[in-house]
Amino acid sequence: MMATQTSAVRVAKADSTDAGRRPRGPVNPFGALSHIALIVWTILVVGPILWTFLASFKTNPEIVGDAPLALPQSFSWASWGRAWEKAHIGRYMLNTIFVVSVSTAFTMLFGSMAAYVLARYKFFGNRAIYYLFVSGLSFPVFLALVPLFFVVRNLGLIDTHLGVILVYIAYSLPFTVFFLTAFFKTLPNSVAEAAMMDGASHTRTFFQIMVPMAKPGLISITIFNILGQWNQYLLPIVLLSGGVEDKWLITQGIANINTTAGYEADWPGLFAALSMAIIPMLIVYIIFQRQIQSGLTAGAVK
Amino acid sequence: MRQGDGGLAAGLFSARLRRYGFIFSFLAIPLILYVVFVISPYAQAFYISLTNWRGISANPQFIGFENFTRLLDDDVFWAAVRHHGLLLLAMPLITIAIALFFSFLLNLGGGSRGGAMTGVWGSKFYRVVYFFPQVLAVAVVGVLFQAIYRPDNTGVLNGLLKWIGVDPVGWLINTDLALWSIMAVVVWQSVGFYVVLFSAGMSAIPRDVFEAAALDGAGRFRLFFSITLPLIWDTIQVGWVYLGIAAFDCFALVQVLSVDRGGPDNATTVLPLEIWRTAFTFSKFGYASAMGVALFFLTITFAALSLRVTRRERIELS
Repeated sequence: MMATQTSAVRVAKADSTDAGRRPRGPVNPFGALSHIALIVWTILVVGPILWTFLASFKTNPEIVGDAPLALPQSFSWASWGRAWEKAHIGRYMLNTIFVVSVSTAFTMLFGSMAAYVLARYKFFGNRAIYYLFVSGLSFPVFLALVPLFFVVRNLGLIDTHLGVILVYIAYSLPFTVFFLTAFFKTLPNSVAEAAMMDGASHTRTFFQIMVPMAKPGLISITIFNILGQWNQYLLPIVLLSGGVEDKWLITQGIANINTTAGYEADWPGLFAALSMAIIPMLIVYIIFQRQIQSGLTAGAVK
Repeated sequence: MRQGDGGLAAGLFSARLRRYGFIFSFLAIPLILYVVFVISPYAQAFYISLTNWRGISANPQFIGFENFTRLLDDDVFWAAVRHHGLLLLAMPLITIAIALFFSFLLNLGGGSRGGAMTGVWGSKFYRVVYFFPQVLAVAVVGVLFQAIYRPDNTGVLNGLLKWIGVDPVGWLINTDLALWSIMAVVVWQSVGFYVVLFSAGMSAIPRDVFEAAALDGAGRFRLFFSITLPLIWDTIQVGWVYLGIAAFDCFALVQVLSVDRGGPDNATTVLPLEIWRTAFTFSKFGYASAMGVALFFLTITFAALSLRVTRRERIELS
């Protein structure tokens, strides 16, 4: 009896946070209120997403009807099939996977190459090139939008995935170079010097010694670039116009279903498409949430 | 050395050549890509803004500052600038206030346990959940909130309101409300990011600072306003600059979410949207570039001002 009582007291103490230190007594309204606030925001965040998943299983009348918050009457996957096939979400998804994996890979390759040279080699023009790259961080993309469209068009790359990939790489370089230059500077010299003494070439030293050492920084920035490029909306709608729907990327496809949904009014299809765009990010986020959080906040904690 | 002096010099020379060859080979491709697709468009934009280029004529005609004087009389332009002003004031304030509140609860709200300040129970879970919207594409979030904001009872929000007996609200079709509704989506999406950012700042505060304050009898409000806030002020300023720069964007959300793209009646339009529309719907490339230049100077002014303010505060602190 005594034992259960003391453990109950202990639990109560732990629950009411810092009850031990405060003269107010064991019941702490602050703790309860703060939990209510935290739970309210959790519902605000999770609610809309959960509702999207549920709405994808509903029928049109159920969604447009008077009870938008009701559960679906029966779980039907038909809308998912329609979104994948008829709304071409499958196609857009594969396009995006292709474009983003190629452009992120080359962003990381070119970005780390440039950053490495700028961080560890003294030569005439080093600072100038570094500032040229970093200056790209302070310009709004919208300033470049019109000329960029014509540059890509004059190269014959408008409405092609190659054009999008090259533009993604170019616009990801400023932050990648900025961050990785700082990162390569923090790495010790001795290992690279020893490798060079042993006759390794500059290139080999970079790929076999420095890249493995820089792995934590490279992973953060890779995640940063994948998310940034996957979620890009402005560049696809400018560089892949209405004429080449089969080349569209996922964000542009989703936004387009939305504008056409008014006529065809396939709401379950729209929500199935939305769910398909959300679920991969949810899975990736659950697996890599620590890296994603540090990758995305990397810019602020330089 | 067996090669003699000449060989040594040649060896040094070739090592140097290899070094420069290496530097060149590593910089060439990134630099070319960057100059072609980033630097050259930025440079051209300033020139195009001084022309009446409409994309059809091969040679755009130079018209000096005519685009800019026209801009000064353009009501839509001023509406967009006003919206940026409102976003710039309200969005960082609301986002940072909410994020600070939650990050304080999550990191220090649990009071001191075993000498160390802890967050409330489940703080890791909350942090993971709050951050998630940040990972979603803005375009996807826009489409999602369109369903939530629908003006009749079929919208999620209005469905909830009906449930408690309130008439439906035209979240996006009411001109006074539309921009605020869109801002709420930005706040919804970004609070988690700033919770994580501020949490990093708070965990860097030495724990004995809190211990000393708690021993002196400081309550939670004192702990927050007199200790936490001043000590993470730098991080808050970083957040402020980020959100300020975001206030000059908002393109995807306004384009996807708002009625008539920037409507109703230009009540939600922003400069990026006007630039995009002027260029790619109306083919007025010169005029669109002039707006781009205006946007650039607005952003730069904001960045310069906030840097100056930051510096002044630093001097005061030291």
